[in-house]
Amino acid sequence: MPKTVAEINEKIKRGDAVVVTAEEMIDIVQENGAKRAAEMVDVVTTGTFGPMCSSGAYINLGHSKPKIKLGGGRVYLNEVPVFAGFAAVDILIGATSIPDDDPRNRSYPGEFRYGGGHVIEDLVAGKDLRLVASAYGTDCYPRKHLETLININDVNEAVLFNPRNAYQNYNVAVNLSDKIIYTYMGVLKPNLGNANYCSAGQLSPLLNDPYYKTLGIGTRIFLGGGIGYISWWGTQHNPSVKRTENGLPAVPAGTLAVIGDLKQMSQRWLRGTTMLGYGVTLTVGLGVPIPVLNEEIARYTAVRDEDIWTQIVDYSSAYPEGKAEAVGKVNYAQLKSGTITLLGKKVPTGSLSSYPGAREIATTLKEWIKERRFLLTEPVAPLPGAGSGYTFKGLRIREG
Amino acid sequence: MTIQVSKRLVLRFPIHLLDKPIIHKLTTEYNLVFNILKAHIIPNKEGLVVLELTGKEEDLQRGLDFLKETQIVVELLAQDIIRNEDDCVHCGLCVAYCPTGALYYEPPEMWVRYDDTRCVACEECIRICPTHAIEVKF
Repeated sequence: MPKTVAEINEKIKRGDAVVVTAEEMIDIVQENGAKRAAEMVDVVTTGTFGPMCSSGAYINLGHSKPKIKLGGGRVYLNEVPVFAGFAAVDILIGATSIPDDDPRNRSYPGEFRYGGGHVIEDLVAGKDLRLVASAYGTDCYPRKHLETLININDVNEAVLFNPRNAYQNYNVAVNLSDKIIYTYMGVLKPNLGNANYCSAGQLSPLLNDPYYKTLGIGTRIFLGGGIGYISWWGTQHNPSVKRTENGLPAVPAGTLAVIGDLKQMSQRWLRGTTMLGYGVTLTVGLGVPIPVLNEEIARYTAVRDEDIWTQIVDYSSAYPEGKAEAVGKVNYAQLKSGTITLLGKKVPTGSLSSYPGAREIATTLKEWIKERRFLLTEPVAPLPGAGSGYTFKGLRIREG
Repeated sequence: MTIQVSKRLVLRFPIHLLDKPIIHKLTTEYNLVFNILKAHIIPNKEGLVVLELTGKEEDLQRGLDFLKETQIVVELLAQDIIRNEDDCVHCGLCVAYCPTGALYYEPPEMWVRYDDTRCVACEECIRICPTHAIEVKF
């Protein structure tokens, strides 16, 4: 018997909904079959905790006396430049922003010890941040300079807004060249010295609902330790890639744009992060509850690491040159074993995404639902799906 | 066969000992084999040597007593490489990078564990850790 989200919510409110993590669902489906599992389980929780560069936070600072129009001016938080192209006192901190005087990769590999991701972490942690701003001054906004401490508890809105999170599968990065390279996938030793991956695999949200059948715009989620929502499909959303018979893409595919009130999030799940020689980013904790509406959804949520395959890409040449070449294929069970064999060589594996973090998020979301603190939502609109024809394009360089 | 024991140590040489052949004595008088993992000398200030000493247990103890008598500050290496548990997010980027397996995964949860007895203080993890969770104190 198929269930509806409304029926599941009634069970949650009564306190008798059956909620399990995506890890626990594997055994339940294995032992009972998908049909029976769909009757037994109401909600499967997922999680992921990894570096997600397309993340940011916007703040409304409140007006000073006399007033200043930051829009069109220059604004820094802890020396990190923030975007000031909105109205008078709305600013946006991007996770990858870095101080003007950071040596970047002039001193190679750059250390990138502090940037936008760290500003967001410090903000959510309740630390005071030093704001320095200059503006051109107008009749209604006469002030031209502003220097003050700000705190998340004093500003009006502080909203986490991430244009691209929760990639559905990701590349494994290796280095086939004979020199070390510094990438967003970590430091890659020459001649296949290591292989880095970045997905929670069997716990990853979009790998548990590969065709986006239960989640969409408006879906309530775990975000940064608090409650957030899927606001849109993420940038570079690419649902039309080839999939295996269980619906899983073997290359990066769907993505999510997410939003939520930063004031109720926590530093534990929003961590400023440095990739040596690459830059600054933000490690984001995100979890999506999946209502087990029917047997098909039960089957999807029982996905195991060994079923999820991904491509291995050479980040010394194929990736920077934009060539669609893979060195090989591997599944997440192999990646998590600590070593993969590639071109006849044993290669140690490392992860950018924290599996213990993903697990804790799925478990936390499960507890929230069981404690009736979190109800499920029906999507307001779907994400572009596998048959939509929606694809991710490259940029054609034009003169003119 | 006598059992050989190894210890990884951080030695801090005060200024007046910088020109003394201390490590040579460890070999000739205490039969210890040394393997220098790192050495750093600030002229007219201090010297720092990270090394592994191997030998019979009583020789090693006598060697350590000798070092202490010389006013060299001796610490176990393990105490000097620190992973801050509050900062570590257990991603494991360090695991594939660690040359000795001192940083390793514990399945199935995939916790990142640190075995200080296998650490050679190459400090690569300190450089690459995305959350700067690993510190060296020497």
